[in-house]
Amino acid sequence: MSTVPPPEKLFASPADAAERLEGVGYLTDAATATTVYLAAALGKPLLLEGPAGVGKTELAKAVAAATESALVRLQCYEGLDEARALYEWNYKKQLLRIQAGAGDGAQEWDAVHDDIFTEEFLLTRPLLTAIRRSEPTVLLIDEVDKTDVEVEGLLLEVLSDFQVTIPEMGTVSAVRRPFVVLTSNATRELSEAIKRRCLYLHLDYPDAERELAIITSRVPEIRAALAEELVRLVATLRGLELKKSPSIAESVDWAETLIALGTQDLDADAIRQTLGVVLKHASDHDRVIRELKLDRV
Amino acid sequence: MGLVERHVDFVEALRRAGMPVSLAEDLDAVRAVTAVGLADREALRAAYAATVVKRPMHRAAFDTLFDLWFPAVSGGPRIPDARDEEAQDGGRGPDAPPAGVPDDGAALGNFRDRLAEQLEQGSEADLAALAAEAVGRFGPVRGRGPGQQAWSAYTVMSRVQPEQLVEQLLQALIAQPGESLDAVVRERAMRTAARRFTELVEAEVRRLTAEERGEEHVAKHSVRPSIEQIDFLRARRADLDAMRREIYPLARRLATRLAREHHSTRRGSLDFRRTVRASVGTGGVPVVTHHRPRRPHKPELVVLCDVSGSVAPFAQFTLGLVFALREQFTKVRAFTFVDDVTEVTDVFRPGGDLAETMTELSARARYAALWGRTSYGRAFTKFVEKYPDAIGPRTSLLVLGDARSNYGDLGLPHLRTMVGAAKHAWLINPEAKTMWDTGDSAVSAFAEILQVAECRNLAQLSEFVHELT
Repeated sequence: MSTVPPPEKLFASPADAAERLEGVGYLTDAATATTVYLAAALGKPLLLEGPAGVGKTELAKAVAAATESALVRLQCYEGLDEARALYEWNYKKQLLRIQAGAGDGAQEWDAVHDDIFTEEFLLTRPLLTAIRRSEPTVLLIDEVDKTDVEVEGLLLEVLSDFQVTIPEMGTVSAVRRPFVVLTSNATRELSEAIKRRCLYLHLDYPDAERELAIITSRVPEIRAALAEELVRLVATLRGLELKKSPSIAESVDWAETLIALGTQDLDADAIRQTLGVVLKHASDHDRVIRELKLDRV
Repeated sequence: MGLVERHVDFVEALRRAGMPVSLAEDLDAVRAVTAVGLADREALRAAYAATVVKRPMHRAAFDTLFDLWFPAVSGGPRIPDARDEEAQDGGRGPDAPPAGVPDDGAALGNFRDRLAEQLEQGSEADLAALAAEAVGRFGPVRGRGPGQQAWSAYTVMSRVQPEQLVEQLLQALIAQPGESLDAVVRERAMRTAARRFTELVEAEVRRLTAEERGEEHVAKHSVRPSIEQIDFLRARRADLDAMRREIYPLARRLATRLAREHHSTRRGSLDFRRTVRASVGTGGVPVVTHHRPRRPHKPELVVLCDVSGSVAPFAQFTLGLVFALREQFTKVRAFTFVDDVTEVTDVFRPGGDLAETMTELSARARYAALWGRTSYGRAFTKFVEKYPDAIGPRTSLLVLGDARSNYGDLGLPHLRTMVGAAKHAWLINPEAKTMWDTGDSAVSAFAEILQVAECRNLAQLSEFVHELT
């Protein structure tokens, strides 16, 4: 049996989590703070799902910053394999080692053959790195829905037992349990097995109050009235059944654009000119102009 | 009821509502609840949500059940009494009768004034308080048994009429000169608030009913299945809206899934240059071979869609999904019929807006009817006449409809011609299997010619589209 260390006390309480995340510039709501606290307290991986641009990756970074942990990131993509996620043998170095020992006779062979599968020739990739670190670590497995199903199987071992089996070396267990965050845009349904091992949080667009706070903290130059107007407008856009609803990232972009252009008031003209910052589909564009009656002003 | 029992009961109710809560998750939930404690209800909700709800689709049902098992307040109806002293004429004071004033016109007027105010700028908490009050004042109806109290959201809604309030407020808005943009934004906000008020009223009715008759009873009768599981033909208006919003995400999920599957099975001819180039790293030994991607298989699609009244919502979704998935097919031609056939392919513009397309489709649907009574026979005859070259050897033919042809001619020879020309052919039926071949349903007659698939909800629909491509 593996000896995985018990979960660490990263946060004292949900309120403490909220406060410390806010301290590093990430404003949470109660549910997010509670879930982050629980993930740390129970030592379970945290699966974050939700539309693009609502701050899933940011949350992982914020947890790392708030707990003074290092962030180890595994960016997932189609075709990601064990060699890039877990570990790889350094072939070139192994080859050199063999060549360096060549010619010394047969008795050398045994030594070499045990030699080339040791620590020295191991290239650790994010998953193994995170497990072997003795300092506090946040492991971010980003966009896990982009991987193939086989990688999920690989993750299962890592996530449930915090251990990795390397055939040539044996099983490597975690020295210290990392705080694991998985993010997903839900382009693919993840397997039940993964979900069962994780705490689940669906991050959605924030309510008006929190969005206002986020915008004013990211773009401090913005006037309160303009920010309020912007938040109300973004909320309206999200209600319009667009192909791609504006995310927090995009409303922050919008605020920055307005500041850069020196716009004082969010009137129809200003909106029409800057709509491209928040909407990324031509049909959405037309739709908004029509629904908000921007063409009639 | 002890805490452990309450937990077990709650988890049982979640399972009955269709959430697959495993034992591992059940234990996690207990640990999580222990970790956050019971003092903060929202933290408790978050703890449960994080451990037992793993799909966003289940969230609505979860919240309903959570509110039932862990209500924010307990006890009877909540009517604030001190504050409306001045409103109640005569000022009967705090001991005014708490319930049984549904016909008090003054109270209703006063209440609607306050609601109108909150619809404009109310917070969630204000709306919730108003909803609780509305149920207390206008919601009591006589229970089934003697001395039993019951509550009705319907009664509340028909008396308070928040929708109508919104209309009134809008009238006032339009009368004001000024920016139309502001008006649009405020209109949206008000409509959302009115919808939220309705939800809150329903929640309060559930809570009161649970007080009276137990959580189990309410859970059994009022938790709606997730929208993936709702029958097209039985969906309520709000469900239909929610389902329509689900089409794009659904199409996107399906498209990625299809693309991925095509990729994973691709292994075309050997790409010699890439293989040789890659072999340099291994001293000229081609350890890894590279292959050219295989051409993706993309079927052509002809959709023949029954748009008569009974299956209209179904037609909307299927056409919507086909539209959203257009990139997965080389060519899509869509036709609508009742007893005549019209082509609507041109409505499916690339990059077009889904909602707009749907509106246009329903506007066009009336051309599909000559007499207005569904006739599969006439539709097929007309189709063969008007579009003899629509179906080719690479075409998948989809007939969408309930196969109810008013006991008329089924035009089977023509259908046979069509099916014979196509590569595959399906009839997709939105009715439950148990309804097939009852009344004027002619499923088995069609089933001899083409494959029939049951497709009652979004889940089945997406499964079917996946099979198809």
